[in-house]
Amino acid sequence: MSTNYLINKGLDIKLLGGSEKTIVDYSAKRFAIKPTDFIGVFPKMMVAEGDVVQAGTPLFYDKSRTNIIFTSPVSGKVEALKRGAKRRLLEIIIESDDKFDAVQFGPRKVNGMNREAIIETMLQSGIWPMLRQRPYSVIANPAETPKAIFIPAFDTSPLAPDFDLVVHGKGQEFQTGLDVLKKLTNGPVHLNVDAKNTTSKVFLNSKNVQINKFSGPHPTGNVSVQASKISPINKGEVIWYLYPQDVITIGSFFLNGKVDFTRIIALAGSEVLKPRYYKTLLGACIKHMVEGNLTKGNNRTISGNVLTGEKIEIDGFVGFYDSMVTVIPEGNEAEFFGWLLPGFNKFSFSKTFLSWMFTNRKYRLNTNLHGGHRSLVMTGKYEQVFPFDIYPMALLKAIMVEDIDGMENLGIYEIDAEDFALCEVIDTSKTEMQAIVRKGLELMRQEMS
Amino acid sequence: MKALRKLLDKQKPHFEKGGRFEKFHSAFDSVETLLFVPDKVTFSGSHIRDSIDMKRTMIVVFISLIPALLFGMWNIGNQHFLSLGQVPELWTAFFYGFLKMLPIIIVSYVVGLGIEIIFAQIKGHEVNEGFFVSGLLIPMIVPPETPLWQVAIAVAFAVVFAKEVFGGTGMNIVNPALTARAFLFFAYPADMSGDKVWIADKLDAYSGATPLGNALVGNFDQIPSTYDMFMGFIPGSNGETSVLMILIGAAILLATGIGNWRIMLSVVVGGIVMGLLFNWWGANEYMELPFYNHLIMGGFAFGAVFMATDPVTATQTKNGMYIYGFLIGAIAILIRVFNPAYPEGVMLSILLMNVFAPLIDHYVIESNIKKRLKRIKVLVSN
Repeated sequence: MSTNYLINKGLDIKLLGGSEKTIVDYSAKRFAIKPTDFIGVFPKMMVAEGDVVQAGTPLFYDKSRTNIIFTSPVSGKVEALKRGAKRRLLEIIIESDDKFDAVQFGPRKVNGMNREAIIETMLQSGIWPMLRQRPYSVIANPAETPKAIFIPAFDTSPLAPDFDLVVHGKGQEFQTGLDVLKKLTNGPVHLNVDAKNTTSKVFLNSKNVQINKFSGPHPTGNVSVQASKISPINKGEVIWYLYPQDVITIGSFFLNGKVDFTRIIALAGSEVLKPRYYKTLLGACIKHMVEGNLTKGNNRTISGNVLTGEKIEIDGFVGFYDSMVTVIPEGNEAEFFGWLLPGFNKFSFSKTFLSWMFTNRKYRLNTNLHGGHRSLVMTGKYEQVFPFDIYPMALLKAIMVEDIDGMENLGIYEIDAEDFALCEVIDTSKTEMQAIVRKGLELMRQEMS
Repeated sequence: MKALRKLLDKQKPHFEKGGRFEKFHSAFDSVETLLFVPDKVTFSGSHIRDSIDMKRTMIVVFISLIPALLFGMWNIGNQHFLSLGQVPELWTAFFYGFLKMLPIIIVSYVVGLGIEIIFAQIKGHEVNEGFFVSGLLIPMIVPPETPLWQVAIAVAFAVVFAKEVFGGTGMNIVNPALTARAFLFFAYPADMSGDKVWIADKLDAYSGATPLGNALVGNFDQIPSTYDMFMGFIPGSNGETSVLMILIGAAILLATGIGNWRIMLSVVVGGIVMGLLFNWWGANEYMELPFYNHLIMGGFAFGAVFMATDPVTATQTKNGMYIYGFLIGAIAILIRVFNPAYPEGVMLSILLMNVFAPLIDHYVIESNIKKRLKRIKVLVSN
C-alpha cells in the first residue's frame, strides 16, 4: 500500500552537465573524515598522526556525547590532522594502504537482537552518525526513540544522482538495513520514492516499510517536505532520517560483520568533461576524479549539490553525507550593464529576463551573486518555492531578531536550512538565508538543551 | 567597456577606506554598480543565484511607468492648449508637457538621491534602488503646476521621515511617494486646490477642473465621458489620467511577476463593491455616479497598480493581501463620496492601509500559529 503526495510549489533548476549513467571504479589514495560535517560535534581525538588504522577503527568521539564515535572508512595510516583557524580540527586524513582491511565485528542476526544491542553495535562500528534527526539535523540521539524514520529514495536537487542506479544490485543489504531501522522506532519507516522516476525493485519491493510516492519539483526530495506531508514535526517530537546508501552500509554491516563504507559518487556540472558515477569509499579525495576531467578556467568544486553543498579544494574530500561532486565556473567577473540587458540567456525564476521564453533550456550557471545585498523588499515570491504551511519571511525575521517563541510558533522545528535554499537562490535582496536559518536552529538547540 | 572598467578599477582605491575620497564611497559605489553588475561571488549557502537583483526589479517598474509618463506629458500640453481654445499638434502638446514635467523630475531625483547617498554613506551600506522608482512616481502624482521648491521640500520630507528614519528601503511603513503627495496637500493646501494648479494659463471661461473636482462641488453634468476618462483626455495629476496607459503598465508588472495581482485585483473589487453599494443606496447625486466611473476617475487606477502594490508597505501574506487591497479600494471610494474637504480618497486610503498592513499580517500569521498549536493539542489529547 502506498500513498501519493503531489507537491506543486518549488523549482527545478536545469543545469548542464548531468552525470552519464555509468559507474567507474575509482581508487583514491587518500580519504578524510571532516568533523565539520557533523553539526554540534566537538571532536576528541582517539588516534594520532602516523597511527595505523583499519576500516572501522575509531578516529574520534564527540565530547558532549561520548558514545558517538567516528571510525575510519579505509585501512592505512593517519597521514595528517588538518587544522584551521583557532586550531579547529578540519580533516582527519588517512592514506590508504590499498588492502581494505576492516575491523571484524562478526555478523549479526537482526531478528534475534533487541533495540539496545543494535544501537550498541551501530555506535561501536561508527555507522551510527549516518542517522540524523530533525529538528536541527544533528546526529540522532541513541537515548531517544523517534516517532518515525524517513528515507528519501530520490533526490530532486540540481544534477542530483540517480538513487536507482546507486542501489542497483544491493537489494539484500538494503532490506537488511530496513529491518535494522524498523527496530529503532515504534512508528513507521517511511521509504519515499518518486512517483514517476523510481523504478528500482530494490526500493519498490522493500518490506517492513511504508512506501510513499511523491511527485513535484525540487524541494520535493527534501526530508522536511516529505515529513511535512506525511506527519509534520511538532514541538518535542523527533524524526530520524538517512539516505539509501547509508541503509546499504548498515545492512551490509549486519550481514558481513564489518564496515563497508562503499559510496557511489556522481561527478556532475557544466565544467566536467566526462560527468559520470564513481565507485569509491566514503570521504574520498577527488583529485584524480577531476584531474584532466575539467574545462580550463576558474572553477568551483562543490561537495554536494549547488544549492546546499560545500566548497572544497580541487584536492579536497567528499563530505560524509554527500553523494555527489559538482563543478561549476566561478563568476568573479563584472558585467557591463548586466541589470539592463534583455537577458535571453540569464537564469531567473522571475520573468524579468526574456529567458523565460525558453522553458527547457539548460543553463551553465556560475557563482556570481548577480547583485548587492539589500533589505528584504519583494514579497510573495518565496512562498512559490517553499511547499510548507509556514510563512518563510515571518520565520526568517523571527530568526534574525532571535525571537525564540516566534521561531517556535512559526514552525522552525519543521524545516532545515536546506529548505530555504531555493528562497535564497531567487531572492532579489541576496540574503544569506541558509546561514540565517542554520543560526536560528543552533540557537533553538542550545535553548532547548 | 574594458577601458571604462580599467578606469573604475584605477579610481576605486581612492574611494575605499583610508582613500582620499573616502567620504564619497557610497556615491562611487552607486555609479560603479550601475555600470557593472559586481563581480561578487557566493560564499555561503547556495552557490548559484538568480540573475534578478534590486536594480532589475526597479527598472521593470520604471519601464511600466513610461507609457503613463509619456501620455501624461502629452496631456499636460493638450489640456493647456485646449484651455486656450486651440487644438495643438501631437508634438507641440508633448513638448510643452515635457518641458513642464522635466524640471519636476530633475528636482525629485536630485533631492531624493542626494539624501539617499548621504544616508548610505553615514550608515555604511550601498545606495538602495528604491528611490529609482519613487523619484519618478512623485512627479507623476503631483499636479503640473506644483512649484519646484514645494516638490523639493516634499521629496526631502518623504525620503527622510517616511523612509530613512525607519532604516531605508525595505524598512519603511508608509509609501514614500504618497507621503510626498500627502505632505504637499497638507502643507500647502492653498496651492494644491482650485483649478489653477491643473492648468495655469487657462482662459477664465474654461473650467479646467478635474472630474473629481467637479463631482465634489456637484457639477455632475460637467464630468467628462467615460471614454475620455478612460483614455485620459482630462485634467489631472501628471501621470495618472490615462487608465489605458496604466493598464499597459499593469500588464508589464503582472507579466514579469513584479507587481502583485492579488493586491491589484482586490483594490478594484473593493472599489466596485463600494461603488455598487452607493449606487444601491443612492442618497445623493454623488452616490448615483455609476460605480465603474469611480475606477477611472482620479488616482484610483494609478494607486491600485503602482502604489498599493509597493511590496514593502503592503501586506506580505496571501490572505492579508486580499484584505488589504479590498479595504484600500472600499475606503478610497468612501472618502471620495463623504469627505467634503478633499476630492480624492485613494492617497489617504492607501496611506491608512499602509499603517494597518502589519496588523493585518499579524492576524493572518496568528491563525497559522494557532493551527500549529492545535495540532499539538490533538496529539496530546490522543
